[in-house]
Amino acid sequence: MIYQDSKTILEVRGLSATVNGIEILKGLDFTIKSGEVHAIMGPNGSGKSTFAKVLAGHTAYEVTAGSVLFEGKNLFELAPEERARAGVFLAFQYPIEIPGVANSQFLRLSYNTVQAQRGKEELDPLEFDDFVREKMKLLEMSPDFLDRSVNEGFSGGEKKRNEILQMALLDPRLAILDETDSGLDIDALRIVSQGVNQLANKDNAIVLVTHYQRLLNYIVPDFVHVMEAGRIIKTGDKDLALELESRGYDWVGAEHQATMATV
Amino acid sequence: MSAVLQNLVNQPYKHGFVTDIESDVAPKGLDESTIRMISAKKNEPEWLLEFRLKSYQAWLKMEEPTWANVHYPKIDLQAISYYAAPKQKPKLNSMDEVDPELLRTFEKLGVPLHERMALAGVAVDVVFDSVSVATTYKAKLAEVGIIFCSMSEAVLEHPELVQKYLGTVVPTGDNFYAALNSAVFTDGSFCYIPKGVKCPMELSTYFRINTEETGQFERTLIIAEEGASVSYLEGCTAPAFSSNQLHAAVVELVALDNADIKYSTVQNWYAGDENGVGGVYNFVTKRGLAKGVNSRISWTQVETGSAITWKYPSVILRGDNSVGEFYSVAVTNHLQQADTGTKMIHIGKNTRSTIVSKGISAGRSNNSYRGLVRIAPPAAGARNYSQCDSMLIGDQSGANTFPYIQVRNNTAQVEHEASTSKIGEDQLFYFAQRGVDAEAAVSMIINGFCKDVFKQLPMEFAVEATQLLGLKLEGSVG
Repeated sequence: MIYQDSKTILEVRGLSATVNGIEILKGLDFTIKSGEVHAIMGPNGSGKSTFAKVLAGHTAYEVTAGSVLFEGKNLFELAPEERARAGVFLAFQYPIEIPGVANSQFLRLSYNTVQAQRGKEELDPLEFDDFVREKMKLLEMSPDFLDRSVNEGFSGGEKKRNEILQMALLDPRLAILDETDSGLDIDALRIVSQGVNQLANKDNAIVLVTHYQRLLNYIVPDFVHVMEAGRIIKTGDKDLALELESRGYDWVGAEHQATMATV
Repeated sequence: MSAVLQNLVNQPYKHGFVTDIESDVAPKGLDESTIRMISAKKNEPEWLLEFRLKSYQAWLKMEEPTWANVHYPKIDLQAISYYAAPKQKPKLNSMDEVDPELLRTFEKLGVPLHERMALAGVAVDVVFDSVSVATTYKAKLAEVGIIFCSMSEAVLEHPELVQKYLGTVVPTGDNFYAALNSAVFTDGSFCYIPKGVKCPMELSTYFRINTEETGQFERTLIIAEEGASVSYLEGCTAPAFSSNQLHAAVVELVALDNADIKYSTVQNWYAGDENGVGGVYNFVTKRGLAKGVNSRISWTQVETGSAITWKYPSVILRGDNSVGEFYSVAVTNHLQQADTGTKMIHIGKNTRSTIVSKGISAGRSNNSYRGLVRIAPPAAGARNYSQCDSMLIGDQSGANTFPYIQVRNNTAQVEHEASTSKIGEDQLFYFAQRGVDAEAAVSMIINGFCKDVFKQLPMEFAVEATQLLGLKLEGSVG
C-alpha cells in the first residue's frame, strides 16, 4: 500500500552486474518505499532473478556499475549475512536441501542470529518451538516440518511455504520473493499469498519477482515493472499485469524501443 | 574453494607445544638389544621378554603393507627411538608427586589429573611418550574389584591376567605394525572388570607424544568378565614437529558372556602443516573379541588428526547372539590421508553388526573407508547393516569407499548403503541469506552429518568432539 509518510527502503541506480563475464543487468533503476508491494515481471532471461541474487549478495555475481542504497546505506559494503541481519530477505526460487540439519535447528539458529544482531531477545529451544508453531499456523504447515531436514524431500509447495515461514520469523525490512508462485498448486498459492499479505505492513517493502499474473490476484501490487535485457523498461499499476497476461511482453519492448528512438 | 571455506578449515593446531622436561630417551634404532633394554627397564618377567623376542623374529620376516590408499616415503624404522620417559620418581603414591611440569602440560591439554579437578568423575590413565605417568581414581575402582592401571604395572602386579589374554585377540604375527608393537611396546592401559560388575565411571586414557623422533607403541588390553560392562575413552595429542612421528598401537578387547565393552576414541594427533610437513603416522591395530554369548563390543571413533591414519577397529563375533558396532567420524584436511574402517567377522549364530562411517574431506586430503564384513559358515542368521557416507568440502579433496563383503552362510542378511555429498557454495549462501555466517553454517552441516556417531559418545566427549571438529574445519569452507 502507498503511504504518505513512507521512507525509501531501497534505491537502485544504474546497476550493472555480470555472471561468468556475461553482463546480465545493464543499468537498472528501481526504488521501493516502506509499505509498498512491487511486482517485477518480464520474459525469461531478462535478469529478474539476477537482480534478486545481486541484492542478496550471491558471490557468483559481480557488480560492475551503479549503486544500491538500503535504508540510506551502501548495500555493497555488507557481506551477505550482514545484509540478511540488516533486514534483506530473499525467498529462493529453488530453496536448497541441507541433509542432516533439522529444520527446527536451522530456523532457530537463523532467528537467534538475526535477533542478536538487532539487540533483541534470543529464544531457547522450548520457547522457540512455541514461537515457530504459532507462525506455522499462518502457513497451514504441519509441525512435523520442524523435525525434517531443511528442505530435504519437501515438495515444491512445501519448500515455498518454508521460505515464507522464514520470512515470518525474520521480519525483514525488504522481502524479495523470487518466483515464489512457481510450482505451486492453487491451494498452496492461496496459502502462501495469504501468509505474505499478513506479513506486509507499513514498515516493510515487498518485491515479487514473477512470470505470471495469477499471483497478483492474491497479492495485489502497488506497482508493476517490466524488465527486459537487464533493465526496467516500463512501470505501471496492477492493470499492467493484466495487460501483459493478455498481450504478452513483445509490445512492451517494441514500445520501449520506439520511445528510445524518439528521444 | 572459496576464501570463506579456506579460512574455516585452516585453523592452527592447538596442542602443538613441546613440554620442556628432562627425559630418558633410548638411542635410535631397533635390534634385539633394544628389546632387552626395554624389558629390563620395566623389570619384566621372562615370559614377556620371550613374547617380545618372538614377535621381533616374526616382524623381521614381514613386509610393510602397501595395500592401503595412502602414500608416504618409506619410514626408516632405525631412525627413531623406541623408548622415551620423563625423568621422575619411579613410583607415585599421589598426584602431588607428579612433576608439576607434566601436570601443567595436561592441564593445558584439558586433561584433569588432579582428582579434585576431575569434573565428571572420569578415571584417567595418562601416557606420556613411552610410559604411563598417572592413573586417577584407582583406589575407588579397586573397591568394586576393577583393575585400571598402566600396562607396565599390570605386568608386574597381575601377570596371570596379562599372560592369559595378551596377544590372544591380535596375535604377535598379525600384521607388520602389530608385530612391531608386540616387540617394542612400552606402556598403555590395562583394564579388568570382574564378573557382574558394571564399571561405575568412564575410564579414560590420554596419550601424549612429546619427544621428537620417538615412536609411541602403546598396548591396551581390556577384559570384561561375564556380565561386566565398561565404557572406555582414549584421547591423543602430540606437539607440532616438522619430522614425522610413528604411533603403532595395539588394542585388544575381550568380552565374555553377556559382557559389554564400549571403546571410544577422540584422536587428534598432530596432522602436519598445510603443506603436509610433519605429523603423526598413526598405524593402529584395534580388535575386539566378542567371545561370550550375548556379548557386545562397540567402537566409536572420531579421527581428526595424524598425517596418515591406517586403522580398522574390528570385532570378531565368536559368541552366539553377540553384537559388534563401529561408529566412525574421520576428518581429513590439507594433505592428510586416512584409510580407516572396520572388520566384522561373524562366527557365532545370530550375530549382529552395525557399521556407520562418516568421512569428511577438506583441503587436498584423501579419506577412504575400507571395511570387511565376513559371514563365516557357522554364522547362521547373522546380520550386518553398513552405512558409509562421505562429505566433500571444496573441490580438491577425495573420498573413497572400499567395502568387502564375504558371505558363506545363506541365512545371513547383509545391507550396505553409501552416499557422497558436498558442502556447496549454494548451501552456504542459503545460510548467509538467513543471517548465518559460513563458520556456523559448516559447523551445523557437519554436526548434522555426524550426529549418528556423536550420539554414541559419552556426553562430555560428544561436546569435545563437536568442538574439535569445529576447530578442525574452520577455514575449510571457501
